Amino acid sequence: MAERVLARTSGRARVAAGEYVTASPDVLMCHEALTMCASQLRRVGVEHLAHPERVHVVLDHFFPAPTAAAARDHVRARRLVEQYGITNFWGHAGICHQVLVEHAAVRPGQLVVGTDSHSSTYGAVGAAGAGIGVTEMTYALATGELWFQVPPTVRVELVGTGGPALMAKDLVLALAGAHGTDVAQYAAIEFGGPVATAMSIAGRMTMANMGAELGAKFACFPADDRTVEYLRDAGAADIEPFGAEPGARYARAITLDTTGLAPHVACPHNPGNVRPVTEVAGTAVHQAFLGSCTNARLEDFAVAAAVLTGRRVHPRVRFVVTPASQRTFLDAVRAGYVATLVEAGAHITASGCGACPGGHQGLLGPGEVCVSSTNRNCVGRMGSTDSSVYRGSPAVVAAAAVAGELIDPRELWTGSTL
Amino acid sequence: MSALGVVRGRVWAFGDDVDTDVMAPWSVITRPFEERRSQVLHTRPEFARDVRPGDLIVAGRNWGCGSSREQAPENLQLLGVGAVLAESFGRIYFRNAIAIAFPNLVCPGIAAGVRDGDELEVDLDAATVHNLRTGTVLRAQPYTAEMAEIIRAGGLLEVLRRRFGGDDGLGVRLRR
Repeated sequence: MAERVLARTSGRARVAAGEYVTASPDVLMCHEALTMCASQLRRVGVEHLAHPERVHVVLDHFFPAPTAAAARDHVRARRLVEQYGITNFWGHAGICHQVLVEHAAVRPGQLVVGTDSHSSTYGAVGAAGAGIGVTEMTYALATGELWFQVPPTVRVELVGTGGPALMAKDLVLALAGAHGTDVAQYAAIEFGGPVATAMSIAGRMTMANMGAELGAKFACFPADDRTVEYLRDAGAADIEPFGAEPGARYARAITLDTTGLAPHVACPHNPGNVRPVTEVAGTAVHQAFLGSCTNARLEDFAVAAAVLTGRRVHPRVRFVVTPASQRTFLDAVRAGYVATLVEAGAHITASGCGACPGGHQGLLGPGEVCVSSTNRNCVGRMGSTDSSVYRGSPAVVAAAAVAGELIDPRELWTGSTL
Repeated sequence: MSALGVVRGRVWAFGDDVDTDVMAPWSVITRPFEERRSQVLHTRPEFARDVRPGDLIVAGRNWGCGSSREQAPENLQLLGVGAVLAESFGRIYFRNAIAIAFPNLVCPGIAAGVRDGDELEVDLDAATVHNLRTGTVLRAQPYTAEMAEIIRAGGLLEVLRRRFGGDDGLGVRLRR
C-alpha cells in the first residue's frame, strides 16, 4: 500500500523499498506547530503556501488554553489561518487525527503528513500517514513536496477469535511486547487477516495510531467496504476501496493470534514493557485516564460505561475522561454514556490532547500512579518525573477506576470489541 | 562538493529507547532554549549540567523514539553535541535531525564497545567511528546522497532560503 501511495504522489509508475522519492502529500495537518512553521516561513522569505487547500489546522494540544501564552499562540494561529487562506480550519473540534477522520477529510490512498507522531492513525482508513517535525512541515508548506525513502512493508496478520474484555489496544500492546517497539522501525505496517477485517474503524484507529509506537512510518489497514461505509456516513461521496496490489511482497510477516489473549498493559516507563494485566494486578492507582488520539472514541466510552454501570469510581481514584472530539462527546452524551460515567464519579474534560502529553486537565503528582488509555509512558510523560503510567485498553482503565488498583477487566466486563 | 567533516569528542553513553519526551519535556517545550536547557535528558541531570560543546552521544536502540517534537534534536544541537551514534533511531527524530543539519549516524555495534568518557573520532563522510581509547574502528551507515545534501546545505531552511530568496541572516537577500 505504501508503495502505491508513494508512486502516485511522486508521479511514478511504481517505486520499490529503499528508493528516494520527492512526493506531494495530499493532506498536510498542522496543530499548534503552525505558528512555529509560520515563523520559519517568514525567515526564509515564503509568504504563500504551495497548496493552502491541502492544509488542515486543528488546535488541540493546548486547548482550552491552559496559559496566557497558549491563548496568545492560538490568537496568532487563527490570524495565520486567514493570512494563508487555509479553509480547512477545524478550530477546537477535538484531537487532530480524530477530527480529520470523522469528517472524512482523509481518504483511502492519500499521503498525509502531520506535525504529530501519531499521524500514522490515518492508516485506519487506508491512507499513508506519517508524523514529521516543524522544519519538514515548513518545507512541505512552502514547496508542496517532501522527500521520502520508500519503506519496506511488514505484514501483520491478525487471526483468531475475540475474548472477554479484549480490545484493539490489547492486540497492539501484545505486538509491542512480543516483537519490541522497533519491530517496524523505518518500515510500513500493513494490517490484515480476519480480525482486521472484522475490526471497527475505531479499533483500526487505535492500532494504526500505535504503529508509531512500533517504529513505523505508516501503519495501514486496507480500505474495505467498512471503510467506505464509514467515510460515506461521514459525508464523503465517491470513496473507493484501496489496498495492496495482488501479489504484493513483504519484507517480513508477523502473525498475532488473538485466541485466548489476555488484556495487556504497558508498564512504566516504556511502551514496550508489556505484560498481561493479571501479572501486575493489585497495583494501586491514583488516577485513571480515558483520553487521547489512541483511545477516547465512542466505542471506548461504550466500554467504560459498560464497566461502570451500577458501580462507583474508587474513592482514591480520579477518573479523568477527555473525549477525542466534540462529536464523540456529543454522541456519548446522546448515548447516555456520559451520564453513566459522571454518575459513577468520573470527571469529563473538554476534548483535546489534555493530560496525555503532560499538558493539562489531569497531571500527576510525585509518587502517583496512573492507568491510562494513551500511547506513551516514558518518565514524566503525564506530569511529575516521579509518577508512573500503566497503559491499557479502556476496559483496563475503567476496571482499575472501579477497583482502585489494576485488575483483570474480565472480572467486571465480559464483552469484546473485536 | 564540501565534506561533512570529522568530529572528535568525549562520549556520553546512553541505553535503549530514550524518548524525545526526555530530551524535550512538554512542561518547558514552548519556552526559549535557555529555559529548556536544564531539562534536556532530565533522567540523567549531570548531562545538561556538564555537557561541553563537541561532546558526542552514543546510544543503543531506538534513540529518539516517541514524539515528533523537533526540540529533541534541537536541544542537543544547541547544547553543542557534535554528533549522535546509535544502534538505531526513532524515525521522526532521525528526519528532524537531518532537517536541522545535526549529524546522527546509525552505527551497528556501537553500544557494546563504548563507555562514558571515551574519546571518539567520527568521519561523517566515510562513516567511520574510531575509538581512541580502545583503538577499534567501527563502520557506521553513511548518509545517503539525499540526506548528505540537506545536511551540507545547513538544513532544510537553508534549502528554502536559497530557493525563495529570504534574508540570509546577514541582511543580504539571496537570489532565487
